[in-house]
Amino acid sequence: MQFVKEFRNPHLAEALLAQINLVAERIGRTRKRPVTVMEVCGGHTHTIFRYGLDRRLPANIEFAHGPGCPVCVLPKGRIEDAIAIAHKPGVILTTFGDAMRVPGGSGSLLQARAAGADVRMVYSPLDALALARANPERQVVFFALGFETTAPSTALTVLRAGAEKISNFSILCQHITIIPTLRALLEQPDFAVDGFIGPGHVSMVIGTEPYAFIAQEFKRPLVVAGFEPLDILQSLLMVLLQIEAGDARVENQYARVVAAQGNRAAMAAIARVYEVREACEWRGLGQIAGSGLQLRAEWSRFDAEKRFAVLPHHLADQEQCRCGDVLTGRIKPPQCQAFGRACSPDHPSGALMVSSEGACAAYYEYHGVGEAA
Amino acid sequence: MSGTLTGVGADGRITLAHGGGGSAMRSLIDEVFLAAFTQGPPAVQEDQARLDLTTLAQAGDRLAFTTDAFVVEPLEFPGGNIGTLAVCGTVNDLAVGGATPVALSAAFVLAEGLELALLRRVVEAMARSAAQAGVRIVTGDTKVVPRHACDGLFVTTSGVGVIRPEHTISIAAGQPGDVVLVNGTLGDHGAAILCARGDLALQTHLQSDCAPLNTLVDTLLRAVPSVHCMRDATRGGVAGVLSELAEASNVLVTVNEAALPVHPEVEGVCEILGLDPLFLANEGKLVAVVPACHAEHALAAMQSHPLGRNAAIIGTLQASASGQGAVHVVNEFGGARVLTMPSGEQLPRIC
Repeated sequence: MQFVKEFRNPHLAEALLAQINLVAERIGRTRKRPVTVMEVCGGHTHTIFRYGLDRRLPANIEFAHGPGCPVCVLPKGRIEDAIAIAHKPGVILTTFGDAMRVPGGSGSLLQARAAGADVRMVYSPLDALALARANPERQVVFFALGFETTAPSTALTVLRAGAEKISNFSILCQHITIIPTLRALLEQPDFAVDGFIGPGHVSMVIGTEPYAFIAQEFKRPLVVAGFEPLDILQSLLMVLLQIEAGDARVENQYARVVAAQGNRAAMAAIARVYEVREACEWRGLGQIAGSGLQLRAEWSRFDAEKRFAVLPHHLADQEQCRCGDVLTGRIKPPQCQAFGRACSPDHPSGALMVSSEGACAAYYEYHGVGEAA
Repeated sequence: MSGTLTGVGADGRITLAHGGGGSAMRSLIDEVFLAAFTQGPPAVQEDQARLDLTTLAQAGDRLAFTTDAFVVEPLEFPGGNIGTLAVCGTVNDLAVGGATPVALSAAFVLAEGLELALLRRVVEAMARSAAQAGVRIVTGDTKVVPRHACDGLFVTTSGVGVIRPEHTISIAAGQPGDVVLVNGTLGDHGAAILCARGDLALQTHLQSDCAPLNTLVDTLLRAVPSVHCMRDATRGGVAGVLSELAEASNVLVTVNEAALPVHPEVEGVCEILGLDPLFLANEGKLVAVVPACHAEHALAAMQSHPLGRNAAIIGTLQASASGQGAVHVVNEFGGARVLTMPSGEQLPRIC
């Protein structure tokens, strides 16, 4: 646990909190409105709640919890697509563990498994490819989801499948990209976020340059951050110092992992295998242009949608849930009517209750339902 | 265990004949099960075990009776196998009620094609664990089912024990002010099994903590007879036990996360997969709730036993302000989270 525990040192956290308090106090002298900082990534949301960082902030500093949890924003219709494929004869459908519990319209993949579909959890797309090699008489489908963090491993698996001419393997591609969604949020007229804590793992792949527009065009600071509590606190301090100085720059707090230029090999694999989808649905946010990836034509033989001729399902989000308002920082989870009532981690009706990295699930777990009242 | 078993082919595998009621079955029972489980000269085989009531009555005033079915993938793992689990699990279910385990039954469902050598290893492990716990396996049954009807081998054990009059341990007996202890590192079994499945490609030295806890419980109860609650923390982990405790005793359980004993390798596995050691299964760990005035004494008693060397005080019970039981975990940052039971198994995170 070396290089992890050091970043959880409570004494250093107190020192950072003291500095955050000082900067916040100085900002508060000239500014009446609180400062809202959005952590984009679900991993950051999880850390903030797990360590109770949100409760330690000065009164004029708030976190808004962004859309960077790939499991949360997985649309229900896409789960139905996966279930439909899983029920086809001879299919083994594989995916990551926490995607298996996400409810679609008719249930989750775990429930589909109970109903007789062969659904298996894998830790890597390469495990799915290994299953395809071991079961040549079966069709093995990998339900691929995630941001640029997981997109390269799926891409490399498709390249490997191509090189080995494995014909019984395909992917149901639900890879998404964060940049168009950040732009869509920023373009909303009432988007009241003053700065960003940028995603660490996505940036490890894409680097820091793609965020430049946030600083230049939208005049908001963004600091790419690691996932431990000290990373979050230091990044918050860096954002606040920029706000105090009237700056808007992209900075990198997570330099021990993220290189400015990203990971070129991973980006090359992404570019080789995928192209941008015209529009992609995000649970809680709706359709966002250019925010999804699909297989390029030359790899379409590995596209499960084509192989199984699945007609994409479209299911509306629950009307009572206000995930979109939470994601844009307009309300806190307990202000949603459904929170803790119609919507809980055991029976999520909204996107943000689905995974422990969703803002609502984190609120539910760490603040308890008592706050709903 | 060197006897020859009829009905086994050259490849040394169980066949349907071993459950057919004929000579092959008789031979399996004699050569594998009785050879391992019987001490002393062979006894006359009746359809039931007979336990002497007078002896039982001298040991206590209540009979404890429990049963558990065991399925595990893989059947053998670092630190034990399904047989170790089947004996320890039932012994521990008796022990945490304050019962002295007396006798166990063991029922086996074997899949056709099961390796005989594997079955022997399982049965030998059961005999070893039973000897370690000081209980006898006195009755049993075997069925063989077609290859695809069962995943290798299922074992069900039941057990009886005797509770001494002075013990009134109950999950509903927790009182505000009580202190919560565990007897060692959390999640060793769950993490060892995850790694033993081999699909993680994680190399660890993790071993299941599978062990009979009755002598540890005995040591604890001699030191602190007024233990209020005790549970072994198997599926659902310590979190599961604490949730049941909070609900049944209607108290707020506050856990100090920094005090939780966790093996560094388990911590690492959990970190990589996004799991929580509080929710991982244990097979040799118990949660004990004792009055605060006896907490240090209970801790010292546990630590004096080989299976309690890493025992720790992990939390306290308070009156529940809301009138409903709850479990809170407080970390070094002063942050608190509500521990809620997942509806199913914990699933690894995507990234």
